[in-house]
Amino acid sequence: MTVELTEIEHPAAEAPVPQDDEGGGRLRWIALGVVVVVWVILGVIFHGKGTQDLPVSQLTAFQEWLNELRNTIEDAKFNGNPIFLPIDWLSEALDWTVTQLQNLFVSDSSRPQGVAQVGWAGVVALAVWVAYALSGLRIAILALAVMLSFGWLGYWEQSIDTLIITGVSVVICVIIGLPTGIWMSRSKRVTSVLTPVLDTMQTMPSFAYLGPLVLIFGIGNPGAVVATLIYALPPLIRISAYGLSTVSPSTVEATTALGSTSTQLMTKVQLPMARRTIIVGLNQTIMAALSMAIIAAFIAGPGLGIPIIDALSVLNVGIAFVSGMCIVFMAIMLDRATSAAGERSEATSRREVNGQRRRLILGISAAVAVVVVAISHNQLRWNVFPDSEWGRRIANWVNDATDTISNSIGQFTRWLSDAFTEVFLNPPFGLDAWFVDAPWWLVSLGILAVAILLGGAGKEATPRLAAAVALGAAAVLMSGYWADSPLDMSWVIYWGAVVALLIGSSAVGGGGALIPTAASISLIFAVGLWNDSMVTLTMTLVATLFVMIFGIVVGVWMGRSRRVDATVRPFLDGLQTLPALVYLVPALAFFPAGRFLAIIAAVLYAAPVAIKITADGVRSVAGPTVEAAQSLGSSRWQMIGKVQLPMSKGSIVLSANQGLLFVLSMVVIGGLVGGGGLGFLVINGFSQREDFGKGLAAGIAITALGIMLDRITVHTAARYGRADTA
Amino acid sequence: MRVTRRRAGRAAALAAAASLLLAACGGGDIDSGDSGGSAGGADCGDFNMAINPWVGYEASAYVVGEVAAQKLGCNTNYLKLKEEIAWQGFGSGKVDVVIENWGHDDLKKEYVDKQETAVVVGPNGNVGVIGWYVPPWLAEANPDITNWENLNKYASDFSTAETGDKGTLWDGDPSFVTNDEALIENLKLDYEVVYAGSEAALIQGFRNAEKNKEFYLGYFYEPQWFLSEVPLVKVDLPAWEEGCDADPATVACDYPEYILDKIASADFMASGSPAADLVSNFTWTNDDQNQVALYIANDGMSGEDAAQQWIDDNPDKVDAWING
Repeated sequence: MTVELTEIEHPAAEAPVPQDDEGGGRLRWIALGVVVVVWVILGVIFHGKGTQDLPVSQLTAFQEWLNELRNTIEDAKFNGNPIFLPIDWLSEALDWTVTQLQNLFVSDSSRPQGVAQVGWAGVVALAVWVAYALSGLRIAILALAVMLSFGWLGYWEQSIDTLIITGVSVVICVIIGLPTGIWMSRSKRVTSVLTPVLDTMQTMPSFAYLGPLVLIFGIGNPGAVVATLIYALPPLIRISAYGLSTVSPSTVEATTALGSTSTQLMTKVQLPMARRTIIVGLNQTIMAALSMAIIAAFIAGPGLGIPIIDALSVLNVGIAFVSGMCIVFMAIMLDRATSAAGERSEATSRREVNGQRRRLILGISAAVAVVVVAISHNQLRWNVFPDSEWGRRIANWVNDATDTISNSIGQFTRWLSDAFTEVFLNPPFGLDAWFVDAPWWLVSLGILAVAILLGGAGKEATPRLAAAVALGAAAVLMSGYWADSPLDMSWVIYWGAVVALLIGSSAVGGGGALIPTAASISLIFAVGLWNDSMVTLTMTLVATLFVMIFGIVVGVWMGRSRRVDATVRPFLDGLQTLPALVYLVPALAFFPAGRFLAIIAAVLYAAPVAIKITADGVRSVAGPTVEAAQSLGSSRWQMIGKVQLPMSKGSIVLSANQGLLFVLSMVVIGGLVGGGGLGFLVINGFSQREDFGKGLAAGIAITALGIMLDRITVHTAARYGRADTA
Repeated sequence: MRVTRRRAGRAAALAAAASLLLAACGGGDIDSGDSGGSAGGADCGDFNMAINPWVGYEASAYVVGEVAAQKLGCNTNYLKLKEEIAWQGFGSGKVDVVIENWGHDDLKKEYVDKQETAVVVGPNGNVGVIGWYVPPWLAEANPDITNWENLNKYASDFSTAETGDKGTLWDGDPSFVTNDEALIENLKLDYEVVYAGSEAALIQGFRNAEKNKEFYLGYFYEPQWFLSEVPLVKVDLPAWEEGCDADPATVACDYPEYILDKIASADFMASGSPAADLVSNFTWTNDDQNQVALYIANDGMSGEDAAQQWIDDNPDKVDAWING
C-alpha cells in the first residue's frame, strides 16, 4: 500500500485543522505529560481493581443473545424460511460456477481420474496469452515461470484452485464495486453512509465473520467466495470513487455544457479518465482477495490455504515455506500483471502502440495457445502435471535447517520471549499495568484525554464533550457493569440504542478524534469485553512501537539512498504478500506460544508498510532544503535529526496509522498461537458452538479498537503532519 | 472503448474456435467419458471425509478413506475442518463422515435430534481419555504432583511469562473438547489456561520439558502415539460421576471416558453408497490407530501412504469391514 492510497482511504486526513500556533502545541505536550503522570500514579494506587475481567467460560447477556440469534438463524434456514431462498440459490450458483471452473481447469495428480478438460499445459498457455494480451511480453514470461513453478513445487491443483476462488470473487467485486464506486462519487450522502460500512468490512477480523458466513452460505466454495468478496470489495469501491471524483471539474463542466447526459458523461469521460486509478483499485482488490482466499481454507475453501493450515497444525515449516512460495509467486504475477495492464491501457488510449503488428502477433499466439489447449485436452502427459520432487526436497531442506537452528538457539529464543514479555507487557513495568490491570474508568478517561490532546475535540468542543460523556454513560449502563448483571432490557431497544449511538456519533464526529474514540470505547463496553480488549490493545501498542522503530531506522536508511532502497524493497514486497498464517509456522518453531509470538508475527506483517511510507516521506523532503542544510555544514546525523525526520513528520504519523491497523489485524491471528485477548475469543467463537456470541462480540470490539486507533492517528496527522507536506 | 470491444469480439471468436478444435480432436490417450470405479459393485461416487486437527483422527480418516478409494472405487475427498464446522457440512452434503467424535452432546442435539441432518453410526472401537498430563521426570521427582489437590503447591513452578504468578495449563487447539477454564475456576486452582494452538505444539512442549527437565502441565488425550515416545503421567482430578459435568459452568470433575463414535450425514447413510456400509462396519483398536498415527507423525509419511502401509499389513481387518 502506498501513501497515495492510504490518504484516499482516509478523507478525514484532508481536513485542515491546524489552528494552533507553536505555543499552544507546547502547552499540549505539557498537558499530555500531566495526563500520563496522573494515569501512572492512579494506576499504581488502584492496581488490579475494576479491571472488568470476564472469565472465558462466562458470557454476558449480550453474548448470550448473539448465541440465540445464531440459533434463530439456523432454525430459519433449516425450516426453509423464504428469506433463505435467494441465499440458497446464490450459494448453489456460486458452488456450480466454481465446480465447473475446477472441472475445466484443475487436473489433479493425486487422483486416478484427475484429468481436467484443459490440462496443465493448456492452462499455462492460456495464462501466458492473457498476460501477453493485457500486459505485454515481460509479464507473459513472468506468468510462464510462475505457472510452471506451481507444478514444480508440487502444488498445481491447489494453486489453480486459489486462482479460481480469487478470480470468481474479483469478478463479482467488479460487478458490485464499480457501480457502487460510481454511486459514491456522485453523492456525498451515499459516501457518508457507506464509509463506516467499508471501514467495518476492512477492520472486522475475517475469523469473526467466517462463522456467521458458514451459517448462512455453508462450508466449501460458496462460503469461501463470499468471505473473499467481503474482504476484497472495499478497496475497489473506495479507489474507483476517488478516481471518478478527481476527474478534473473543468472537463466535466465542458462536457455538460456540450449537452451530454449524465450517462454519457460517465461512460465517455469520467470512466475512461479514471481508468488508471480504477485499475489501481482493482490491483488492491486482487491482492486482498488472494490473501483472504487462503484463510477461507478454514471453512473448506479449496486452494493453497489447505497445506498452510496443515503445516500450522503439524508444525511443518517446510510445507508452509513451499506453499508460501507459491502464494508469493502468484501475488507477484497478479500484481505486476494488473499494474502493467494499467500502464498499457493508457498507452493504448493514447495510440502509442502499433496496432497492426500487435494484432497480428496476438492472433498467431492465440492460435498457438488453442493448439496447446487441444493437446492438453487429449494427452495425459500434458493434462496432469508430472510428479516433481522439487517441492518435497525444498521442504525437507527447510525442515532440517529449522531443526538445526532451533536446537542450537532454542534456549536463547525462549529466554528472549520470557524477557520481552516481562519487560514490555507484564506488570510492574510492562504496559499491562496501565491498561489491563488498571481500573476501567481510569483507562477510558486516559484514552479519551490522549485522544483529545492529540487528535482534537473538533469544533464546538463543549457539546461534543457532553455527547461523549453521555455516550459513555449509556454504554456503561447498557453493559451492566454497575450492577452484577446487565440491565434487563429488550434487545430491540438495546440494538436500537447501539445503532443510534453509532449513527449519532458519526453525524457529529467530523473534525476531531473525541467522538469516534468515545463511541469506540462505549461499544467495547457494550459488548462486555473490556479486559480482553485491553489485552489486545497493549499487544497492539507494543508491537506498533517496534514497527515504528523499524519503520524509522530502515525507512531513513532507504530514504537516503536509492541503492539501499532498491535492495531492500523486494524483501518488503515479499513479506507483504506472504499471508499472515505463513509467518506463524516458523515463528512457532523458535518461540513458545504466547503474546510474544503474536507480536513478532504482527511486527513482521506491519513493518514493511511503515518502512515504505517513511522512506517515501524522507525521500520527498525537497532537494533544495537538503542542499541548503548541506551547504551550512550539517553532519549526516544533524541532517537526519534536524532536517529529514522533522520534515517527514507527516509520513511518520501516517506510517504509525497504517502500522497500528496492520498490527491489529495480525494480533487476531496470534489468537491461534496463545496470543490471548480478543484474538483468542474470535478464534474460539469460530471453534466452539457455545462461544459463538462471545467471538462475534470480540470481532465487534476489535473493529471498535481499530476505528478508535485509526481516528486518533488520522486526526493527529491532520493537525501536526501537514506542516511538511504543505 | 472501441479497442476493448474489438478485443472482446476477438476473444469470443477464439473461444468458439477453441471449442471447435476440442470437439474435433477425438483421439489421444485420455478416454473421454467417465471410466468409473476400478472395482466394487454399486457406484460409489464422491466420499467426503472430514479431517479434524489431530493425528489420531487423521489415522482413522485416511485408513477408511483409502479403503473406500481402493476397494470400493470411491472418489475420496479429505476436508480439513475443525469439529464444529465439519458438523455444519452434513446438511449440505459437503461432509459425509466424521470418523472420530468425542461426545459433543450439544452438536448431537442440534444436528441429530433437531435438524436430523446427521446420524450416529456407532462406536469406532477407540476409547478416548482426556486429562491433564505432566512429563515423566516430573512425576518421578515429585510423586504427589499427580494429585490435583497438590497442584497449587507447585503453581509457581509451573508459572510462565504468559501467566505471571499463576501456573500455566497448556491447552491445544481452541476447538478441542475442554472444560479446563471452568475446572480451574471451580477447583480454585491458581492456574491460567494458555492455548498452545495445536496438538503438535503440545507435543513440542512436552518433549522440551522432558528433555530439559522443566515443569509443564498440559491438556492431552489418548489414543495418542506420542505416549510411546514419552510416557506422560496423568494428573488425577476429582473422579467423574454421571452428570457431574452436565453444566459446563460448574463442572469440577475429571473428564469421562469417551466411547468415540462415528457420525455421518443422514443423506449419505441412506444413499446406498458402498462407502456407507464401510463406515458402519469400521471399527479398530487404540493400538491400531496409534500405529498409523506413528507412521504419520513420527516417520513423516503422508496420510495416504501411512494408511496404505496399514491396509497392506492388515488385510483381514479390512476384509471384515468390506464384507460386513
